[in-house]
Amino acid sequence: MKTFKAKGVEIVDSLYKDNGKKKWNLMEKLLLGLTPQQYIAQALRNPFNWLLAVIFAIGIPIILGRFIFGLGWVTHSSCDYPWGMFLGFGLFAMVPLSSSGFQLGTTCEVFGRHDFEPIERLGLLNGLLGYLFAVIYLLVDLGQPWRLPYPMVVSFGPAAVLFLVAWHVATYLSVQVAEVSVAFFEWIGFPMGKRGVRKITLGLTVAGIILSTLHQGALGALFTYAPGKVHPLWYSASFQWLHFFVSSLPGGLCMVIAVSTIARKTMAWRCGEEFKDNLDKLTIALAKGASMGLATYLTIKLIAMAHDNKWEYLATGWGQWYMFEIFFGVILPLGLFAYAIRNEKVGIIRFSAFLTVFGVVLNRVNTAMITFNWKLAEREIPHWREAVISVTIFAIYIVVYRFILYRLPILYLWKTADETVEATEGARVPKKAILEEEPVPVGTYRTREERIIPAASFSSLEKN
Amino acid sequence: MKRRDFLKGCMICGAASSLGISKKAWGSGSFEGYPEGMGVLVDLTRCIGCRSCEAACNKEQQLPEPKVPFDDQSVFEEKRRPTEAAYTVVNRYEQSGGPVYRKVQCNHCNEPACLTSCFVNAYTKTKEGAVVYNSKVCVGCRNCMIACPFNVPGYSYSSATNPVIKKCIFCYDTRLKYGKPPACVEICPQEVLTFGHRNDLIKIGHERIRETPDKYVDHIYGEKEVGGTGWLYLSSVPFDKVGFDNTLGNEPIISNVKEFLGTVPMVLSIWPALFTGFHLLSTRQKGHGDDHGHDAHSKSEQEGAKK
Ligand code: SF4
Ligand code: SF4
Ligand code: SF4
Repeated sequence: MKTFKAKGVEIVDSLYKDNGKKKWNLMEKLLLGLTPQQYIAQALRNPFNWLLAVIFAIGIPIILGRFIFGLGWVTHSSCDYPWGMFLGFGLFAMVPLSSSGFQLGTTCEVFGRHDFEPIERLGLLNGLLGYLFAVIYLLVDLGQPWRLPYPMVVSFGPAAVLFLVAWHVATYLSVQVAEVSVAFFEWIGFPMGKRGVRKITLGLTVAGIILSTLHQGALGALFTYAPGKVHPLWYSASFQWLHFFVSSLPGGLCMVIAVSTIARKTMAWRCGEEFKDNLDKLTIALAKGASMGLATYLTIKLIAMAHDNKWEYLATGWGQWYMFEIFFGVILPLGLFAYAIRNEKVGIIRFSAFLTVFGVVLNRVNTAMITFNWKLAEREIPHWREAVISVTIFAIYIVVYRFILYRLPILYLWKTADETVEATEGARVPKKAILEEEPVPVGTYRTREERIIPAASFSSLEKN
Repeated sequence: MKRRDFLKGCMICGAASSLGISKKAWGSGSFEGYPEGMGVLVDLTRCIGCRSCEAACNKEQQLPEPKVPFDDQSVFEEKRRPTEAAYTVVNRYEQSGGPVYRKVQCNHCNEPACLTSCFVNAYTKTKEGAVVYNSKVCVGCRNCMIACPFNVPGYSYSSATNPVIKKCIFCYDTRLKYGKPPACVEICPQEVLTFGHRNDLIKIGHERIRETPDKYVDHIYGEKEVGGTGWLYLSSVPFDKVGFDNTLGNEPIISNVKEFLGTVPMVLSIWPALFTGFHLLSTRQKGHGDDHGHDAHSKSEQEGAKK
C-alpha cells in the first residue's frame, strides 16, 4: 500500500475522487481506489495472506465437516467435558476482550471525554467484532445452531443465567451494530442514517453499559452452576461474576492497545494523522484505566480467597498454576504499567497490554477447561480438529477486522468535500460496477445493501 | 444532543434489554419438590453387579445395542458414566470387605440443576418426581451437563442433524406416568432397588439403618444433598469410597446462582440513572461537546454537500 500511496494513487477516504468532481462507486470503494490488478498484486505480495490461505485451506473444509458429520467428528464428544475450546476460548475469552466498546463509548459519550475520540471507533469496532465472533464460536459449538433463536421466541428458561447471556449478547450486538454503523454510513454516503444514529448515541451507550455489566458478570455466574467442578481457586460463589466483570475491564482496554499497536505497525497508510499523533498519549491514558481495573481485580481476588479461606490450595500443583496466572496476567502487568506510565514508556505499556490480554484469556481458559472437573482423574486434551477450527475462526476474525479497518473510517477521518486530493491516474471502473460520472446531488442516496462478499475478505492487503 | 432525544434512545434500549430479564425474578424462586414425588431407594449392600438393570433400561428406552454384551463383567475395569447410549451404568469399587457395586443414573433431584440452567426450559420436574426433558427445543448448549452435580446427562454427539441431551427419565413415558415402577427396578433380582414415595423411602432407609447399624453408614445419600434427590442410596462403606461426591452440600445448586441473579434488577434500575447523572455532570461545563473528531467532519461534510 505504501508503494501505491507514494506513486500517487488515490486511496478512498471521502465520498468524492478527482478533487471532489466524481463520486467513488461501491466497487472502487471496496478496492480502496486501486484497480483490480493493483489490488490483487498487493494482496499477493503480503506473506501474511499466504499464511491465512493455508489456514483456510485446511480449516474451512473441517468447519464444513463439522456440520456434515456432527460434533462427534471434531471434538472428543466427551460428556464430562461438554465445553471445549469453542466456548472455553471462543466465547469466554472473546467476550471480555470486547468490553472495550462500552468502555470507550462511556468515556466519550457519557463522561464527555472527547480527547479519546481518535480511538473511540476502534474500541467500538473491537467490541462489535469480538462479540460477533464469540457468537460464531458459539454457533459452531451448539449442537443445533439453527435453534439459536429458540430462547428468544420458542421457549423461555428465565431462571437460567445463559438465558440472560443470550438476550443480552443479542441486544448488545444490535446496539453495537448501531454504534459502528455511523462509520459505515459515512463510508457508503448516507448522512441521514448517520444523523439518526447520532441522535440516540447516548441512549445506546447507556444501554451498552447496562448490558455489558450484566452479561460480563453472567458469563462468570454460569460457573456458579458447577461449584463442585470448577477448581476452588477459580471459583467463588459470591464473587465469580465480579471477577469476570472486573477482569473484563482491563481485558478490553488492553485489547484496544494491542490492536492499535498492530494496526499502527501494519497499516500505517490507513491511520489518520489524528490517530497517529494521539496514539501514544491515548495508550498511556488507556493503560491508566487498565491498571485501575487490574488493581481492583487483584483486590477482589484476594478478598474472595480470604472470604472462602482457600489459602491451603495454593500449596498444591493447582495453586502453582494459579499463581502463575495471577503473576503473569495481573501482578506483572500491573507493575509494568505503573513503571511505564510514570516514565511514559509507551513500548512497555504495549508489552504489558499484551500480557494482560494473555492473562485474561488464560483465566477464562483455566476456569472453563484446564481446571474444570479437577476432581476427575482424566483431563481432556481437545481434538486436533477442534483446535484447527478455533484457529480458523480466529483467522477469519482477523481478516474481517482488517477488511473493515482498511475501508471504514475507523482509524482515519472521513474527508469532507472541500478538501482536495490528487487525481487518480487511470483508476478504471470495473464492468459490473455502477457508473456515476457526475457528482450525485444530495438526496439521491442509493441504499446499496450489497453485503461484503466473502470472497473479498480473502483478498487482503499488503503490510506496508 | 438534546435531552429528549437521549431519553428516547434510552427507553428504546431499556425496553429491549429489560424484556429479557423482567421475567427473570419468578424463575429463581425456590422450589421444594412435589410432596407426592416418587423415588427409588438403592441399597448398595445388596447389589451383585449383574447388570440386568442396564439391559432392562437399554430395552425399555430403545437404546442402541452395546458393544460389550450385558453379561460381560470386563466393563468393571473402568469407571463408566451415563451416556447417550446407556442411561444407567453399574460400576465396581474394590473395598476391603469385597467389591461394592453402584448403579448410576439420573437422581431426579428435587431442585434439578439441569432444569434451572437450561435457557430454553427444556426440562420439567413432573409431579410424579421424574425430571424429563423436551428434546424438541434443546439447542445443544450443554449447560445442563456442566450444571448437573452428578455428571448425568449425556449428549448424542454422534448425530449431525439432531443431537440432543439424553438421560434417564425415570421411565416416565412408559411406566411412571401410569404408576408403574421403572424397568430397571422391576428386573433387579436382588431387590436392590425399592420404588415408592420419596417420603416413605426415607423412612424405610432410616429403619434399615436402625435395624442393622453395623451394616450401614448412618446416612442416606440424597436425602439432603443438593436440596434432596428422588433416588436415594444406602451404603456399607463411606460414600466417597464408592464414587459419590460428599462435598456437594445441602443447598440446591441454584442457590449459588441467586446471588448473581439478585444483582440483575439492581443494575437495571440504578445504572441508567447513575450514568445519565454522570453525563449531565461531566458535559454541563463543557457545553455540547459534539463538535469534535469524527463529528466535526461529518458536519462540514453535510454543509459542503449542500453547497
Ligand atoms: S440389576 Fe440389581 S443387582 Fe444387578 S446390577 Fe442392577 S442394581 Fe445391581
Ligand atoms: S441428577 Fe443431574 S440430570 Fe438428574 S435431575 Fe439432578 S441435575 Fe438433573
Ligand atoms: S428409570 Fe428407566 S430410564 Fe432410568 S435408568 Fe431405570 S430403566 Fe433407565
